[in-house]
Amino acid sequence: MSQVLAGLGWTGRYLWAGWAGLAGIFCFLAGWQAGHEIYGSFILPSPAETAAAIGALMARADFWTVVRESAGRALSGFAIAAVIGTASGLVAGYSFAAMRLMKPLVTVMLGVPPIGWIVLALIWFGSSGGTAVLTVVIASAPLSFAGALEGVAKRDRQLDVMAQSFGASWLYRLRTITLPHVLSYLFPAWTTTAGSAWKVTVMAELLSNSGGIGGELATARALFDIPLVTAWLAVTVILALATDYGVLHVVREAAERWRSAGLPWGVKR
Amino acid sequence: MTGNAALAFSRVGHAFLGRSLFEDFDLTLEKGEAVALLGPSGSGKTTLLQIAAGIVEPVKGRVTRGYARQAVVFQEPRLLPWMTLTDNIAYGLAARGESRAARRATAERLALSVGLEEGDFEKYPAELSGGMRQRANVARALAVDPDMLFLDEPFSATDVGLRRHLQDLLIAAAREKGFAVLLVTHDLSEAVRVADRIVVLSGRDGRIAASRTLAGRPGERSERAIFEQVEAWSDDPLFAELFSATERLR
Repeated sequence: MSQVLAGLGWTGRYLWAGWAGLAGIFCFLAGWQAGHEIYGSFILPSPAETAAAIGALMARADFWTVVRESAGRALSGFAIAAVIGTASGLVAGYSFAAMRLMKPLVTVMLGVPPIGWIVLALIWFGSSGGTAVLTVVIASAPLSFAGALEGVAKRDRQLDVMAQSFGASWLYRLRTITLPHVLSYLFPAWTTTAGSAWKVTVMAELLSNSGGIGGELATARALFDIPLVTAWLAVTVILALATDYGVLHVVREAAERWRSAGLPWGVKR
Repeated sequence: MTGNAALAFSRVGHAFLGRSLFEDFDLTLEKGEAVALLGPSGSGKTTLLQIAAGIVEPVKGRVTRGYARQAVVFQEPRLLPWMTLTDNIAYGLAARGESRAARRATAERLALSVGLEEGDFEKYPAELSGGMRQRANVARALAVDPDMLFLDEPFSATDVGLRRHLQDLLIAAAREKGFAVLLVTHDLSEAVRVADRIVVLSGRDGRIAASRTLAGRPGERSERAIFEQVEAWSDDPLFAELFSATERLR
């Protein structure tokens, strides 16, 4: 019974926290409306016009196909980057030699602008989804790497010693001590990269003419259909927010429930 | 090392950042024996315990272990903040691959035996008081059913009542299960209460300054006998020399 109540309390708190986010979004919409009223529909269509254009888009037979195409690229790029970045960050955290070896690579990956990688990927992959996926991986992996590296370096050595004294294997210590600690460093990296994965995907699609939301944006731009442009941009933002708040935040709240456990009811983090 | 020894240090030496902590340290603990290591700050007591428990590798000499399972009760509880109370108590059991149901049953039994309540089982360490965390620390060590228990100043940060309760609990568990105990402490009365033998380390070179077997068995000594023993040790010139006034007050 107490577990059910605790679960309900947690869900209630999570949903209630959503109001603050919604308030921020409505402030943004108000600013957008003000811009529209100053510059007119051709320069900046209103939120209402954009909503109508989204409605029309959703009625299109190929809407979900387009969204699925971009989502597949953004999310697979994000997942590949998260896995590679986290794994190499963990290795670098444990091994000084690996860290010295990998850090310059990460600097190179961070130093070259995403547009540069798009040009290279276009040559390697042509007008295919591979261009978007590769660009997302290269833009996102360094952040997961840095998060995992920092997390391992800052782990509580005393807990490690405690586990060793009980004869815990290296793998068991990694799973029960290092990873739960590293997660708190990885989640900020993952929320940042999940958002940028959508942006980079749309940009790569637009430049490589490989369909998806980016391809639709290119068409709308060619037709000077500005409400369609803002509609696709709004769809991209909604998808990025859905990835962040619908997936990553929920996973984080569930995985790090212990953090809020010691706080009395009503204390804000 | 005799066949009846639980633990033997032979000519163990250790240095930290070029400073020698101790050299040629010899000590043998018999099976089921409780030894208290007493010494001033910086005499290397905790390092010796860590070497014995295999946490620190000595620079020279060797440690022979005649036991199968060990457990350490640390000065700080060292509970995993992301695990519930019972999962923390069962940590050592989980590390050696016991089934979830078996380790949960053991953890719950031990949690109750150290004075924790059923309503606390699913709480995280952040929801527990300092005393409750220390009880969990002791329960986690007892859960693995050790035949060698290391205690690293385990009750120095607990109030008098809880300290007595946990000391009595450990004495009773040691008598029932027959495990050997190596206790590192600053507290002379704790050493007299818990140990069969007290070994005093010299602060300068980490050599054994005194080693005495106490009369009677832990748990059977009267409060008066404990008080008299503490008094006798405190009046000993050797002891007075090793422990400054501030040390004794601790």
